[in-house]
Amino acid sequence: MSLPDKTIAMEEAIAAIPDGATVMVGGFGVPGTPFTLIRELVRQGKRNLTLIKNDANEAGMGIDHLIMAGQVRKLIVTHLGLNGNAIAAMNEGRIEVEFCAQGILAERIRAGGAGLQAILTDIGLDTELAAGKQVVEMDGKRLLVEPAIRADVALIHADCADPSGNLTYLATARNFNPPMAMAAARVLVEAERLVPLGDISPDAVETPGVFVDHVCPLIQISEEYGVVRR
Amino acid sequence: MSDGNFQDPRIRMVARAAREIAPGMVVNLGIGLPTKVIDHLSGDFPVCLHTENGMAGIGPTLPYEKADRNLIDAGGAYVSPIPGSSYFDSTVSFALVRSGRLDLTMLGAFEVAENGDLANWKIPGKFSPGAGGAIELAQKARRVVVLTTHTDRKGNPKLLRHCTLPLTAKGHVARIFTDLAVVDVTPRGFQLVELAGGITAREVQEATGATLLLPTGNIPTF
Repeated sequence: MSLPDKTIAMEEAIAAIPDGATVMVGGFGVPGTPFTLIRELVRQGKRNLTLIKNDANEAGMGIDHLIMAGQVRKLIVTHLGLNGNAIAAMNEGRIEVEFCAQGILAERIRAGGAGLQAILTDIGLDTELAAGKQVVEMDGKRLLVEPAIRADVALIHADCADPSGNLTYLATARNFNPPMAMAAARVLVEAERLVPLGDISPDAVETPGVFVDHVCPLIQISEEYGVVRR
Repeated sequence: MSDGNFQDPRIRMVARAAREIAPGMVVNLGIGLPTKVIDHLSGDFPVCLHTENGMAGIGPTLPYEKADRNLIDAGGAYVSPIPGSSYFDSTVSFALVRSGRLDLTMLGAFEVAENGDLANWKIPGKFSPGAGGAIELAQKARRVVVLTTHTDRKGNPKLLRHCTLPLTAKGHVARIFTDLAVVDVTPRGFQLVELAGGITAREVQEATGATLLLPTGNIPTF
């Protein structure tokens, strides 16, 4: 028996994303942001996107290119304080922004990837973030119902992939990538290194290839991935 | 009185806050002033520093030329691992926070109320970047302390009877370190615990938007 080869040209993988798609994007700051997949999404001009991401990167980087090109309808994030363009777009009503507590966004995505309907939590009770959310009582405690999130597409950055989509990550470039890689109808991975089947030990696999649809090896690591001198 | 009078009041406050960290604790330092607490911990001090973006056991911050592009803290600073460090994804990072593994968090503040309410993420109409991980840190760390200047840039008090801004978390702040004083949140309100060198209790009261309970006897200085 052998496992399927999921490698694909990036152009072709991104072309399958329709306008209006909901797209999860990995990354927390620079580490783990799939800059090259995002660039291809910009190049192909996909529109009316809903993006789910921890943050909005910084001006001139990552999903800021999509926001500035007017390709984003809605952003679901935990924080966008490092991107003045995103704040301006929000304040001027050019994009709709939904804020979520960071760990709750991660857990809603995890639930989506784990086939669960929702999670129950006391995080955010008595704050603005609870507005409009369903409250239930359990064991005498008030809890918010936070619906699971799934997306049409997840854009993932991995350090290493094999052709069947087994993935490993580096350092703080994990962040939202592992849960997002389980929570979309189509999971698209850019990998800094593509290694032959069997080179990643089964013990070392962090995201099993069964969750992954497409693997795009990166031909070069652009400047966007580098150390930011602020 | 110590020679603390001659130090920068901010550095003195951060140094005092660093003494809040006991050996063996798991600690999250918020973005901004709290991160500077690291500078006051000795290299062999046993503490596990956590950052929301997925690391336990943070080592020294690195200059750009030595930085690893894949290794930052939640504020974007390039940090380093130490022997025993671990990396994990965002779900594990917040499982750690919500399940009570975090002994202490130090956060910044726009406003703190005498009942322990904290507002530090939104000034409606002016500043609304999102709360990031602050809500979970403020709601679930075993001990929540605040590091802030006693007043804002215009001189308005930040320690108040009630918060006026949208809350981050309700009733969880235990202690506040400022450039003027150390103040505890008690069931009866703000309790003055220590004074910055050269500052009087009366000056602290004048800069505070709620009644300060004074200790009996001498008030220690830092």
